[in-house]
Parts: sequence; structure tokens; C-alpha cells
Amino acid sequence: MGGLRRWDELPPGGAVDPDAAPRPHTGAWRTGEKPQVERTACVNCLLCWLYCPDDAVTLDGETFTGFDLAYCKGCGICAEVCPVDAVAMVAE
Amino acid sequence: MSCVRLLTGGEAVAHAMRQIDPDVVPVYPITPQTPIIQTFAKLVADGRARTEIVNVESEHSAMSAAVGAALAGARTMTATSSQGLALMAEVVYIAASMRAPIVMAVGNRALSGPINIHCDHSDSMLIRDSGVVQLFADSAQEAYDLTVLAPRLAEDPDVLLPVLVCQDGFTITHSAEPVELLSDELVRGFVGEYRIPHPLLDVARPTTQGPFAMPDYYFEFRRQQAAAIEAALGRYSELGEELAGRTGRRYAPIEEYRLEDAETVIVALGSSAGTVKDAVDGLRDEGVRAGLLRVVSFRPFPAEAVAEALCRADSVVVLDRADSPGGTPPLRAEVGAALYGSGVELSGAIYGLGGRDLHPADVRTLLAGNVSHVGLRGAACLV
Repeated sequence: MGGLRRWDELPPGGAVDPDAAPRPHTGAWRTGEKPQVERTACVNCLLCWLYCPDDAVTLDGETFTGFDLAYCKGCGICAEVCPVDAVAMVAE
Repeated sequence: MSCVRLLTGGEAVAHAMRQIDPDVVPVYPITPQTPIIQTFAKLVADGRARTEIVNVESEHSAMSAAVGAALAGARTMTATSSQGLALMAEVVYIAASMRAPIVMAVGNRALSGPINIHCDHSDSMLIRDSGVVQLFADSAQEAYDLTVLAPRLAEDPDVLLPVLVCQDGFTITHSAEPVELLSDELVRGFVGEYRIPHPLLDVARPTTQGPFAMPDYYFEFRRQQAAAIEAALGRYSELGEELAGRTGRRYAPIEEYRLEDAETVIVALGSSAGTVKDAVDGLRDEGVRAGLLRVVSFRPFPAEAVAEALCRADSVVVLDRADSPGGTPPLRAEVGAALYGSGVELSGAIYGLGGRDLHPADVRTLLAGNVSHVGLRGAACLV
């Protein structure tokens, strides 16, 4: 239990200050496949960005730039919603 | 200037709410609490308080809205009774664990069934272990005074817990008596501004509230909550002394009545203390050394003060206005634990369920011998 805090070291009621909270790379939970994009096919509709439940689609302004695998869980929704089949789920 | 008015307990608490002027009051009507919110809503409608009253569809929603409002940064009050408190119970635990300093007026009423609208303490005892502070008033005056005290106690940085000011349904909520109302300025000055450590609406410092806690932290949060209500006992005494300085009335966690040389002491909560005092006076006139210990703060329970006050008695009889079928009634269990090892003889009786009156003669029955119930048909139910 090393590193865990005592009851009298915790904020009242467990309120979490985002700056004080760890931000674990939850992409480590990903199982199975990861998304791969064919950039020449992408039409930048941003449906994958809109649907991604983990905010793992990265943008530069309003332009699709790829996937942040540090948070991607491999659910495949991006590949499913892509209207031009530019995203495919591939083995790790 | 303070003034004395003829008010019911419900009206008196509504005036305390007007003077406190909470930001938000989410509430659902239920007998015998209804006069509290009915009176308060009229005061708000008349422009005498600026509170936003949220008319919710149930007590579960009332307490849920209260948690959100209190944690957002708004001083929040509500009120309920009986089935309403039962329906709230799930969220009462959450309010305590999220450390939401909500003040709630409770008009104590029996839980169904059979359905009944009159007083007993089974509703309060249902949430005995929720982690909220429960103060039991013996009169409309004390219900008013404790309501004035409650926001400071709830919002204390070491406490941050819901505080329930309990008054006996009908006996106090609907009975008029002269009540001294403090001046609006005094109450506002005493209560002060609402401040909590992590208000949700602090956009410069957003926080997550009520996070999931796995086995690695749940236990720690429960311990933290227990420490908060332990801290409430000392804080209540300090605030009680401060308020006593303004009112001349006393607000200790317990009230001791003719205990100095008492051989037999009755322990009770709430309005029945008045009847017991009357009986004690009669017994004293006959040479019987009887006394009363009234517990004001049931949660946190002032075990040390109770033991100190009772240790010189020969016998102690605890009156419970709620049963714990198959177990020990709640007040008797607390007093028994406080007196463990003291050698004081302990007994107790159930009384007054569903609003049955306690008469002075019942108190004499209690002292005459071991009885398990008073006021129940079938005589004294000798143990």
C-alpha cells in the first residue's frame, strides 16, 4: 500500500483538484487492436473526433492529425463511424 | 431588537430560516414538517428572504438538489419528516460523505407501517449511522435557537456535515408557545457568510466531487467522516456557548435536571423531557431523589458527558421513542455503552410510538420497577 495517503491527508469528501491528480495513461488498458489511419483517404469530417469516448483523436485546430494511443482503448468506434473507411483496426 | 412572539415550532424554524436567508431550499412537503416550508415559502413570496425555493418531486430529489447546491457554493437548507426522511436516506449518506453542510429541519414522525402522522423518533433513528449531526430540541424556542446555530456547525472547516435540527412532530411543530426571536442583524452576524473549501462553481479552480473510491481508499474516507462528526461535538459546545452569550439560554450536548443528588435518573430525547421534569418535581416533593438527563446531541453522542452526569446515580432508566426490534433500542444502547463498567444499574422502556402521549403517571410507572414499555395497553409489561 506504499504511496497511498492516510485518511487525515485527504481533502474533505475526496474532492479532486485536477492539478493535484495523477493522469495515468489509460491506453495501457487497450486490448486487441489499435486504430490506423490512411491519411490520403481522410476527408477531415472529424466524426471520429466527435465519437471517440476517450478524447484520443488529436487535432491541430480543426484538422485531424491522428490518434493519441496513450488514451485509446481500442474500442473501434472511430473505424466504425469513418464514412470513407480511412480508419482500420490493426493488431498491436 | 429581539421580540417574543407566539409561534409554533414550525413557524419559529421558518423565521430562523428567513433570518439565515439561505441561497437555496429544495423541499417537498410532508406532515408534520409542512408548516415549516409553508411558512417559509410565504416569507420568501413576501420578499422577506431572497432564497430560491426549488419545488422538487420527492424528498430523494430534495436532498439530491441540496447536495448539488451546497457543494456548488450556496448555503442550503431543507426540511422533512418520516417517510420523506426514509426516501431521502440514500442521499443523506451521500451528503455526509461528500461533506455537504446542509441544514435540515426534521419534524419527527413515526415511520410506516401502519401509516401514522404523529411523533416518534423512528425516522431519525433510521439514519442514525449516516454520519449527519442530529440535535433534538425540547421546545419551539430551542428548535429556533438550534436552527440559528446549525449553519455555523455544519460549515465549520473541521465538520462540513449536514446538521439536522429535530423537533417532535405536532408536540413542537404545531404547538404555539412564546418564542423569543433574535434580531435579524444578530442572526446574520452570528451566521456569517457561506464558505466551503472546494465550491464547484469556483471556475478558477474546478474540482471533481464525489469520486469513486476503491478498496484502497473507501475505508480512509469513512474514517475521515467519523473524525468530522467527532469534531462536531466540541464545536457544538463552543458555538452553544457563543450563542448562549447572546440569548442567555444554554445549548450543551446534554441537559442535566436535578441530577446533583439523584438516585434514579431518566434519560430522554426531545419534548418528553418537559413531562419528565414535571414528574421529577412531583417525585422530589415526595422525597424521591429523581432526576432527568436530556440528550440534545444524539449524533455526535456525548458519551463522556453522559457517563460523567450519570455515574453518581444508583439506577438509570432510558426512554426510547423508537424501537430496534430484535435488538437494543438506540438511546439505551448508547447510554449502556457510555455506562459500561460503571456499576450503575441500567434499564429502559419504549414509549410514545406513533404519537402516544407520555403522562407523568407513566414516569412513576417507570420508576416503580422494570418495565419494557410505558403507555402500552396490557399494563406495564413487566420484564
